[in-house]
Amino acid sequence: MAWEVVIGLEIHAQLATNSKIFSGASTAYGAPPNTQACAVDLGLPGVLPVLNEKVVRMAAKFGLAIGAPVAPRSVFARKNYFYPDLPKGYQISQYELPIVNKGQIQIEIDGKEKTIGITRAHLEEDAGKSLHEDFQGLSGIDLNRTGTPLLEIVSEPDMRSPKEAIAYMKKIHSLVRYLDICDGNMQEGSFRCDANVSVRPQGQKEFGTRSELKNLNSFRFVERAINIEIERQIDLLESGGTVRQETRLYDADKNETRPMRSKEEANDYRYFPDPDLLPLLIESEFLEQIKAELPELPDDKKQRFIQQYGLSLYDASGLTSSRELADYFEEIVKLSNSDAKLCANWVMGDLAALLNKNNLEITDSKVSTIQLAAMLRRISDKTISGKIAKQVFEAMWNGEGDADTIIEKRGLKQVTDTGAIEKLIDEVIVNNPKQLQDYRDGKEKLFGFFVGQVMKVSKGKANPKQVNELLKKKLEG
Amino acid sequence: MHNKTLAELSHALHQREYSSVELTRYFLERIERLDTQINSFISVTAEMALAQAQAADQRLQSGNASPLTGIPIAHKDIFCTEGVKTSCGSKMLDNFIAPYNATVVEKCHTAGLVMLGKTNMDEFAMGSSNETSFYGPVKNPWDTQAVPGGSSGGAVAAVAARLAPVATGTDTGGSIRQPAALCGITGLKPTYGLVSRYGMIAFASSLDQGGPIGDNAKDVALLLNVIAGFDERDSTSLNHPQEDYTAHLNDSIAGLKIGLPKEFFGEGLNAEVGKIVEAAIKELEQAGATLHEIELPHTHLSVPVYYIIAPAECSSNLSRYDGVRFGHRCENPQDLLDLYKRSRAQGFGAEVKRRIMIGTYALSAGYYDAYYLKAQQIRRLISNDFTDAFKQVDVILGPTSPTTAFKIGEKVNDPISMYLSDINTISVNLAGLPGLSIPAGFVNQRPVGLQLIGNYLNEARLLNVAHQYQQRTDWHRQNPPKFL
Repeated sequence: MAWEVVIGLEIHAQLATNSKIFSGASTAYGAPPNTQACAVDLGLPGVLPVLNEKVVRMAAKFGLAIGAPVAPRSVFARKNYFYPDLPKGYQISQYELPIVNKGQIQIEIDGKEKTIGITRAHLEEDAGKSLHEDFQGLSGIDLNRTGTPLLEIVSEPDMRSPKEAIAYMKKIHSLVRYLDICDGNMQEGSFRCDANVSVRPQGQKEFGTRSELKNLNSFRFVERAINIEIERQIDLLESGGTVRQETRLYDADKNETRPMRSKEEANDYRYFPDPDLLPLLIESEFLEQIKAELPELPDDKKQRFIQQYGLSLYDASGLTSSRELADYFEEIVKLSNSDAKLCANWVMGDLAALLNKNNLEITDSKVSTIQLAAMLRRISDKTISGKIAKQVFEAMWNGEGDADTIIEKRGLKQVTDTGAIEKLIDEVIVNNPKQLQDYRDGKEKLFGFFVGQVMKVSKGKANPKQVNELLKKKLEG
Repeated sequence: MHNKTLAELSHALHQREYSSVELTRYFLERIERLDTQINSFISVTAEMALAQAQAADQRLQSGNASPLTGIPIAHKDIFCTEGVKTSCGSKMLDNFIAPYNATVVEKCHTAGLVMLGKTNMDEFAMGSSNETSFYGPVKNPWDTQAVPGGSSGGAVAAVAARLAPVATGTDTGGSIRQPAALCGITGLKPTYGLVSRYGMIAFASSLDQGGPIGDNAKDVALLLNVIAGFDERDSTSLNHPQEDYTAHLNDSIAGLKIGLPKEFFGEGLNAEVGKIVEAAIKELEQAGATLHEIELPHTHLSVPVYYIIAPAECSSNLSRYDGVRFGHRCENPQDLLDLYKRSRAQGFGAEVKRRIMIGTYALSAGYYDAYYLKAQQIRRLISNDFTDAFKQVDVILGPTSPTTAFKIGEKVNDPISMYLSDINTISVNLAGLPGLSIPAGFVNQRPVGLQLIGNYLNEARLLNVAHQYQQRTDWHRQNPPKFL
């Protein structure tokens, strides 16, 4: 039977504030345990939460960016459950009335766009961390993370493959970074997600029973966890079993999902409006002000890149995947005064490859925009060929200096002197009499062989265009 | 010295007739000698008090004293006090030394008041008789066989027995006014949000309100001047400009429109108590007030609504007492669940457990709409009753409690009857209005309280009416015979 996969994601984006959502304690990552938890975070008797205004701005920004209505009135609710790293015995979240309502976002799959619905986004506080490893027979609790502001972004079950899920997650990741509301650092847990996964026979309208995969904190894990879960569900259904609605934990080491708790065992969270916090009221003037502060959004930038620079959807999407990358690209176009397509190829090609290989962000690039632009100018003015440029680029990456210095030092300047090129051609023709005869007998395919030989003896420095023209004349004799 | 008003004490301190240290020693001595009879204090902080008194004396000397600098005060043990045990009347917090001061406590410290100690109370403020305290019941100074009311029973009894000139309390459903009535003193529950809740251990957050307790309306006004005010640490705090609550005490009440809700005078009201209230009404009429019969038609729903909303909020508020970070922890927990279960089973008393269970049930999936949501809707109706009433009248008046103080043990096994002793006070919390109880006479040597209810932020008006009444009567000047 053919199965269709249905996926919805709940993304938790940690909002990039200096202090916590309901207290003045710092949110900085990596401090010694329990040094960044104040009386409010510890849930001491008598303490009260006070909402951090910055988180409201950030959530509103997100709402505006996905074209969602930002609620004029939203309500904080208590989600009640006992756990040692949840000091108050409840988490302050939003339940019936979230700050951001229905919106949507575009993803690209195989060069085509698809719309993914976003059900809602709401504000909540993070819990602390339980540490089970370092304490023999005991558990440690670190409450530094307690009260860290989160925006939980809930998608519609609109994704039909792990690939779409990743594309969506990457799109949200890029968006929150564009908006400067989340640092997107997945290793530190600033951006993580739960995935709701189900399968149904192709063509069936009703959704299958879903399982919820918890706390997936890398793009790779999301993909692997969903894949393994789909396999598990299909195997189960095809062997006559049924899927149970349950929460499952992905174990990256064993690459398997295993049950945490079933629907029946699920907590009754006894949500009710938090009487310590008034309803959050947002006025239209406040939204107007935030709207004015919004940066150019990824989709707008992408469209502009296509129109302004004549780029393909693929290139434009790639270049606008982060604000910094887009800025880098636009800067080298400006500085090099070169063809945008050439610039795009270099940024998306050689530069991206080296960044990936070294696990670096564009902001950590070892080749500056000024350096790369200067090199591109040397391609445009034919000082070097594209092929030679690869050598130059690598040398720049390795810290050997600017393009001109490297070209000079390594003698990579392109040979454009007709006489010199003719000399090289003559040499090649003399050394390959058989091929010459074959060519003249009509084996025109051998033209490429001669070009290659000439480039080889020139050590790649001969201007390819001139080589072509001169070679043609000579071979025709 | 113990029968002086705050104004008199303040005058004496400023005139250097005696020092704050002397005054503080005097009250500490009274507590030591007399509190064994009524058990009104959980902690007496003598050393700290004398240090604060010394500092107050320096302020008085250097001329930067406030009106209440150097005056001793007792804080209900629900307010966090830095470095001092803050038990909330519970075994759960018997070992809890608060690491910070509640805003109310901080404001009193700043004003130079001297903290004598922390007063006894019903466990987590849940009770109307002060019998649920882990530290034993408080006794009514007028009759030590009788309850003082609750939950601020210790604070009220301490002031009634003149072991402290003035005290702080909290009122969630009548916890200042009902004991004030039963012990014959003056107590105010301010408008919700007027006094900061920061550092005041939560029972039912949407109802809890701290307030002043004193011998008379003027003392209460003077203390309200200190503790009222906006606090950015409490999101439900009202950003209301600072008032001087003594400014209008002497205004005439001629033409004042007093509303008499028939619901407060119906079934359940003790006839003798009713007579006392009638007499008080006559007194106010003679002072120029006009009387108007009004209706608060949803009053009968206030007790059931309260016993959904308050337990629901408390079931969540008290989740933090889990034995993990502070408070009581059971010995040798076997696992996490065992730690939770035994710590909470041992740390909480019966009434607290009862309310946690009621509240947990009311919030459960499938019951939420029928209970909590419905209760909130009726709460709105109760509030609307008052809004309508205040279109016709300036203040609303009735008995604070339908009976006088009952015997210790009399209602312990009858929670419904106990809950009904707050029938006249609860609706005021549900609406968030200010309410005041003043002494109006006695039935068999037990005090009767008169409740005055005002519109939002009309504390000054309530205190004005109370003060005018107290200018014409001397019920508030009477002391329990054993504490003359």
